[in-house]
Amino acid sequence: MSKAFTLSAARPGVITANDLRQGHNVWMCDDGWTPDPRKATIYEDEAIAELALLKAIGQANLVVGPYLVEARRGPNGPEPTHFRETFRQRGPSNYFHGIQADQANDTPETAHV
Amino acid sequence: MFDIRPVETDYVRHRAAQFRAQVERRLDGSLTEDEFKPLRLMNGVYLQLHAYMLRVAIPYGTISPDQMRTLAHLAQTYDKGYGHWTTRQNIQFNWPKLVDIPDMLDALADVGMHAIQTSGNTIRNVTTDAFAGAAFDEVADPRPYAELLRSWSTDHAEFQFLPRKFKIAISGGKKDRAVIAAHDIGLRMTEQGGKTGFEVWIGGGLGRTPLLGKVVRDFLPEEDLLPYVEAIIATYNLSGRRDNKYKARIKITVAERGLDVMRAEIEEEFLARRREFHGADREALRIFKDRFRAPSFRNAPVDGFEVERQANPAFRSWTDTNLHQHRVDGYASVIVTFKAPGQTPGDASAAQMRLLADLAERYGHADLRVMHDQNVALPHVHKSDLPALYAELKEAGLATANAGLTSDIIACPGMDYCALATARSIPIAEEIADHFRAVGLEEEIGNLNIRISGCINACGHHHLGHIGILGLDRAGVENYQITLGGDAYDIPAIGERAGAGFPAEEVVPAIDRLLCAYLDVRQDASERFIDAYRRLGPAPFKAALYPVAADA
Repeated sequence: MSKAFTLSAARPGVITANDLRQGHNVWMCDDGWTPDPRKATIYEDEAIAELALLKAIGQANLVVGPYLVEARRGPNGPEPTHFRETFRQRGPSNYFHGIQADQANDTPETAHV
Repeated sequence: MFDIRPVETDYVRHRAAQFRAQVERRLDGSLTEDEFKPLRLMNGVYLQLHAYMLRVAIPYGTISPDQMRTLAHLAQTYDKGYGHWTTRQNIQFNWPKLVDIPDMLDALADVGMHAIQTSGNTIRNVTTDAFAGAAFDEVADPRPYAELLRSWSTDHAEFQFLPRKFKIAISGGKKDRAVIAAHDIGLRMTEQGGKTGFEVWIGGGLGRTPLLGKVVRDFLPEEDLLPYVEAIIATYNLSGRRDNKYKARIKITVAERGLDVMRAEIEEEFLARRREFHGADREALRIFKDRFRAPSFRNAPVDGFEVERQANPAFRSWTDTNLHQHRVDGYASVIVTFKAPGQTPGDASAAQMRLLADLAERYGHADLRVMHDQNVALPHVHKSDLPALYAELKEAGLATANAGLTSDIIACPGMDYCALATARSIPIAEEIADHFRAVGLEEEIGNLNIRISGCINACGHHHLGHIGILGLDRAGVENYQITLGGDAYDIPAIGERAGAGFPAEEVVPAIDRLLCAYLDVRQDASERFIDAYRRLGPAPFKAALYPVAADA
């Protein structure tokens, strides 16, 4: 799990979880949850992020284990700051499976929920 | 008390139906995740780094061709075409969807398989020697006893909420191929005064506090197996710590309370428990012994085998490394390694599983064993069939001649899959294997056990590797500690940390320096790395790992 960090404009974060029915990784976005980490909502204000996390926890019919994790702003959206999140956003290194394959095919097998 | 279940598949189907209803209640909101999690874990369903994971039990690693085909079907239909052999002789599927798992459990139930007690604080899969019933050096086939323990421990009402998970391993004889010293209970079959029984070890385990087990009973007559094991676990159930999960395994109970205190309590409990067994266990054992009776071995010439060995160097090399001596003349046990170049240690594709099922039927008396080192054995193959078997394995990329060599690495899934991992294991294993193949030293180095874990929970048994590698997160970067001198088999030993960890890109050069130093200092080719380490101690090997520090 993510190490505790204090959210701020300098150290923004995203909320991530697993899809309840299928298990794949999802990120909280403006209109729900997305399997594309680049579309995640970036939080810079701790109070707003806490509220969003409470909302995520309240969506236990959709997702499992939501948590807030540090991210940085990149040209295509939020990017991970720790290698664990890098792997979660990419997939395993031994096969071209998971999100990396979905993004390459541009046909995510995992539906937007 | 023990009572054998008459129709076990009914129970397995019942449990699968229960789980289907539990999933439905989770999805419709009747169950919260906190309520559902222990229920899914009781059925082997974890949530991992990218997806759910389903761990299916393969009791004592023994699996029939039809069961293997069912695993292939699951891999192909519900996963991404492959499964992963675990270090406890089970299989894990890395990509199932929660909504599909009830169907997977139904398919497993059709062939008498399940995922019960592959997680949770219960008695887990009982493991044993992959060559059980075939090995030339065993006292007796341990599988009937393993089945007795499995049958007794499945859904055992008293032991569903132990302080922590509980693992039992049985070795068929003096030569331990089941790693009994690293189990909560280790049983070694032995004979005394013409009677068969067990040397009983307790308190072994790896993880963050690696400890080797201790002998709590020199000789336990085989008829007392269940009451004695029940006494051990009942004693632990009451005295094991529940205040701290990191101190809850029986290894800590034994270490804190002392072996003698535990032994006295176990023996007292044993006397009371033994009175409650009225022979149902004896009757069950008789049935199980019949179930595991030896196949009808063939008595045929093996000339073709010798001719092919002379004619085909690749075949000869494979037979030198990947066969194990059988108790019947003319037979051998075959090790099919899942450690080919570029392959993830222990991963098997659906096609490979189907091929193994076919080959076992054609050449191996329909018997297959998942090995704790993430390979698969065909325990009974007549030597005259080996050339044909080899040719078919080779065609499928399954004839790598590396059993017990440098590239036969045990590696946990690590941070490529596991939610607990602190670093990756698989790429390190692949890089080490690739390197030593490329420099052509694998054959010269000979027997070597490299074990890699991606966190301190030690699923890759790194403490027991001649060379162990532990992946950690050091300030947000993957870092690997090296341990030396561990041994799972001949003289069980926990490896000792050599020094500071290495960044990922420095692991292969470090292992290269280490093994070059070994080749320099060994007396001759028969002195294995672990033998040289025992003779010389860690100094020359540490100097090779840390040359700058040694020069300073």
